[in-house]
Formats: sequence, C-alpha cells, structure tokens
Amino acid sequence: MAVRKPPITTREYWAPGHAACAGCGPAIVMKLATKAFSEAMEEKYGDPNAFAIAHATGCMEVVSGVFPYTAWKAPWIHVAFENAAAVASGVEAAWKKLGRKGKILAIGGDGGTADIGLQALSGMLERRHNVVYLMYDNEAYMNTGIQRSSSTPYGAWTTTSPPGKYSIGEDKPKKWVALIAAAHQIPYVATASIGDPHDFYRKMKKAASVDGPAFVQVLAPCVPGWRTPPEKTVEVARLAIETGIWPLFEIENGDFHNIKFQRFPKDGKFKKPIEDYLRLQGRFKHLFKRPEAIQELKNQIKELWRILGKEVELP
Amino acid sequence: MPMRKVMKGNEAAAWAAKLAKPKVVAAFPITPSTLVPEKISEFVADGEMDAEFIKVESEHSAISACVGASAAGVRTFTATASQGLALMHEILFIAAGMRLPIVMAIGNRALSAPINIWNDWQDTISERDTGWIQFYAENNQEALDLILIAFKVAEDERVLLPAMVGFDAFILTHTVEPVEIPDQEVVDEFLGEYVPKHAYLDPARPITQGALGFPAHYMEARYTVWEAMENARKVIKEVFDEFEKKFGRRYHMIEEYKTDDAEIILLTMGSLAGTLKEFVDKKREEGVKIGAAKMTVYRPFPIEEIKALAKKTKVLAILEKDISFGIGGAVFADTSRALINEKEKPIVLDFILGLGGRDVTFENLEEVVEISKKALEGEKVEEVNWIGLRKEIL
Repeated sequence: MAVRKPPITTREYWAPGHAACAGCGPAIVMKLATKAFSEAMEEKYGDPNAFAIAHATGCMEVVSGVFPYTAWKAPWIHVAFENAAAVASGVEAAWKKLGRKGKILAIGGDGGTADIGLQALSGMLERRHNVVYLMYDNEAYMNTGIQRSSSTPYGAWTTTSPPGKYSIGEDKPKKWVALIAAAHQIPYVATASIGDPHDFYRKMKKAASVDGPAFVQVLAPCVPGWRTPPEKTVEVARLAIETGIWPLFEIENGDFHNIKFQRFPKDGKFKKPIEDYLRLQGRFKHLFKRPEAIQELKNQIKELWRILGKEVELP
Repeated sequence: MPMRKVMKGNEAAAWAAKLAKPKVVAAFPITPSTLVPEKISEFVADGEMDAEFIKVESEHSAISACVGASAAGVRTFTATASQGLALMHEILFIAAGMRLPIVMAIGNRALSAPINIWNDWQDTISERDTGWIQFYAENNQEALDLILIAFKVAEDERVLLPAMVGFDAFILTHTVEPVEIPDQEVVDEFLGEYVPKHAYLDPARPITQGALGFPAHYMEARYTVWEAMENARKVIKEVFDEFEKKFGRRYHMIEEYKTDDAEIILLTMGSLAGTLKEFVDKKREEGVKIGAAKMTVYRPFPIEEIKALAKKTKVLAILEKDISFGIGGAVFADTSRALINEKEKPIVLDFILGLGGRDVTFENLEEVVEISKKALEGEKVEEVNWIGLRKEIL
C-alpha cells in the first residue's frame, strides 16, 4: 500500500547550476527548505514568493553566489560569516516599516551558527524577530576544508581533530544548538535530517508558519568531509535517524517537558546499531580499532536522549 | 521657525537622526555615545520617531542589522564609539563594498589598551580605509548639521557610500551648548525620501546581494568604491552649498581662520579647532603671524584644499589626536601625500596631542608654535612631536 506523503511544490528557488559537490547534503537542504518556505508563504500571505534569504558565509553561500551568476530565485543577501541572524533582523525590521508582508529565512552552517554566529543568533531569537533560522549541520567547517566545529561529533576525524597516537579524533561531545535555541522559549524549534525529507519539509513549513522566531537544525551530510560516496548522502542521513544518533524532535515555546519526537521507536529500542551509521563514513573509520571510543559515543547519545526525557537502548 | 535648545552633543546627534526619519535604527550602548540610542528610544517610545529600533546584543550586530535594513531599501542609522566601532570593523568594509548609505554618529574616543573612555580620534582614524565618508564636528551644532549632510551625500546616486560623523567624546558628547534645530519641513525638503534603485530585497524583483567576487571581478568592484569616494568630493561641496541655502550655515572641506598672511598654520579637526581660533587671536595680538584651519571632511581627503592651504604658509603644523604607529599621525601622512608633487611646499610638522582625553592647553600650543618657529628659522626639528607627554612617568 502506498504511503501518503505530503505534496512538495514544483516551484524552485534553488536553481540548477550551483557549484556544490555531487551528492551535496546541504544543497538538498537549500532546495527543500525554500520549497517548504514558499508553500508556507502562499498559505499565510497568499504569495509564495513572500520571503527573503540572509545567508552566512559558508559552503552554500559560496557555491550559489559566484558573481555574475546566482543560483537564487529569491531575494538573497550575504554579508559575513557570523552575522546572518543580525542581518536578517535588519531586513525584517525594514520590511516591517515598508509594510512588506513575508518572512525572512536566515541560513548558516554549523560553523556560522554553533560557533562564530551563536551570539547574533541568540540576540535575534531573544528579540523575537519574525525570522526562521535554518542551521544546516554538516558537522565541521567544510567550506575551509574540514576543520572541527563545536558541532562535530565525538570521535570524528577532521583536519584539526585527527586521530593519532594520543587522540581518538574529536574528543568533545557534540554541541546541540537546537537545545540552546529552545532555551530562548521561542515559538518553534526542530531538528531534522535530509534522511527524512518529508519530515524536514513539514518542519520547515511549520517554522515558516509560526509568528515570531523559529529554529531548525537539519543534518546535512558532506561528501568530502564525511568521506562518503556521493550516492550515499541520503542513506547516511537516514541511518542517523534509525540508529538514534540524530534525534528528531520539536520543542514549542521552550517547553522541554512536552517535546514531540518523530521516528522514535515505541519501546525505546533502536533496531540498527550506531556502527551501521559509522561504517559508511571514512571520518569514523579509525573508531573500529577503538571499540571503547564507540562505546563512549553510545554513552553520550544515551545521555542526550535522557536529557530529552527518553531512556533508550542502543544495540 | 527653527528652534533653539541647549543640549549635549549626543542629543544633537539623536535629534539629527529624528529629523532624518530613518526607518531602522540598530544600536548598542557604549560610552560616550550611550545617550544617542537612549534619546532615540525615547523619541520612539513617545511616538515622535517612526522607526524600528533594534536593541541589538553587540555593535557587530548593530552594523550587521543596519546592512540588512539598508539592503532591504530603507534609510538606516546607528551610533557608536571606540571599541564598538572597532568591533564593527569587518562589516564597515562590507557596508561600503555593498554601497549602502548607512549613517553613523561617533563620539570619538580612545582605544584600549589601557582602557580609556575619553577623547581622541583613534577609533575613526582606524577606519579610514573602509570606504566610509568621514566628517568631524567642531561643536554640537556641527554634529547635528553634519549628520543631515551625511545622509544627503551618502544617498546621492553618484556616491552611495556609508558615512560617519565624529564628535569628540565628552568635550562634545556630554557638553551642553545651544543648538538650532531646523524645521522638519525644511529637512524633509533637503533630504527627501530615500528610494534606492540599486539595493533592495524585494520578492517581486529578486536580486542577489553580497556575492562572491573572483579575481576576475573583485578589483573592479573595489574600483567602484574608489570612484564613488572621488565623486563624493564634488557632491559634498554641492551639498554644503545647498545646506547653506536652506539652513544658513556654511561648511567647508577645510575651514580657514586668519590664514591669509600666516607664516605658520595650525591644522586640526573636531573640537580642538575652537581652541585654536582663540589661540590664534591671542598670538595675533602678540604679533605672531599664525592662522588656523579645520578639516571637516577627512574622507575623501581634501587634497586640493590642502594644496591651496599649503600655498599660504611656510609651516603647516598638524595637530592630531591619533597615531599610526611606525609613521606618525594619519592626517600628517595624508597631508604629506597631498603635497608630495607640489613644486613649492611648506615645512610639514606633526604634533600628536590630546590622546585619551589629555587636555590640550595653550601651553601645549605655545610649544607647537616654538617648534614651528625653529623649523621656520632653518633649525632641524622632529617631524613627529608628542606634545604634553609626561616624561617623568615614562
């Protein structure tokens, strides 16, 4: 029996011809996010084009805006690495004064969001600007050539967290910006993965539909950074959900006691082992000689779920 | 009828912003400029100003929000000083490169270390190469007037560059003086509404702003900033003329005082110009042929006006509250550049003084004149002189 999925608009805002790598996860994010946004704008304001994009410096900004070309069919601005949220605040304020209906979409990678842009993000959320901040998380500074960020997961190889005689790779747990965003008690926070595009699409639509700020953190695998084959991008993103390493949830108004989960096994037991997710990626290859590091990663993931209010079993 | 009110420099800046009717103001408090956003928030709270006031979490976000607002197509204003301006540094280049006519008021203040909240010009001088037009006010009236002038110049289609107006920390920001507040209708007539043709985020006509410039295009993009700054020379003079017609007050790139038969001219910027005029009067009474000059516009640098000024004197003494380590004062360096190819040129001397709020006294100015006289008599003197330095604590 065919499963009924929500329809996805045929409108395109992310044009073919951008310069992203084959199999680029963030490129899929750009395409889906803008489509979802346009549907929300059509429903809310009767105009599918009623949005503008403020982009942080990073992979997606660079590959989409090489002068004199552009991949964007929406009004789009890039200013710097750390200030997409602040720029979006200014655009939103100006639109308010101009009486222009619509919503602003701010986009940043994990570097521009979890690290250098965190302050601007916090300011924008706290001031309740009518902006959706979309963090595409490829878990390292991929634009500069795979250096670790605070969103890089435990154990991962990057060029600045190389495994060696005294190192297992990245030695700190991943920082979850979605939880920091939710602590601002904003109307809507969600995590998503391009491994479940319909869930991501629905969440982007929801984010765009609420009044006030929203934050979406979407897992977006990076082919060169994760050392994965281009055709495995979606599969690896799906495995992240299925193994429990990437929780899918929604938090409204900072209500941590009523988190909504998606794709969560009823009995709390994830069927696929985290190893299935790790094995597909060159960045975790070295962990298979260090089972204690994989165990540590599992402990961290269980702890994350516990903080979210769920006791889980990871095979 | 224009209204006269006694007010601080910061209030004059806030009044200028109110009169200019920006649609977005984004600012963060910093001494000595805090009163500017405070006053603006009062205007907004009382419904006297119809602007979105974004209470940002840092100066970096203040200027970033201004870039966003200006790129969305509205008149935009902010205020800061010192460390706050330094925190904006990166985005100042971007605002100019994206040709966004943001106007910013600055209570000129020293930079750390050591931390110091008092006046010098190191903050704005450090931003001289960002592509922002720079004005320096002598008094509170000038602070108000120059902000209005800054909007008019910045938004001119031949320019389209951001502009900053500096007024000295505490000496002006916190000192009350009578200020004439022009009529709103006349200001409206002077400024008009800002309707950009080049930059606005409109879903009906999507454009990409802030693209990546490869080596094939970057230089040309930077050249257009250079060209715009060159155009600003002419536009500023036109706007000065128009301002005089509308408001009755005259501004010059360089304002001269008793320079016609001077052998020594003291050139400065900002509030020190007032002190210099008094000092010149005193020295004239003693029979010393000195004059004073005030540079109102520092970027674009008034090259022709400097050449004309230099022709009138034997010694051009530059008095500046900034230092470019490893060369001397920035105004000195720029003046030297302006005169380098002149056949006949005066002796140019640099005097670094008043850093971090150190008082500039008549005694200091006497020392400047003494050194200038020595140079005039053919004695060898230092090109860069620190005046009022307390050698006993070095």
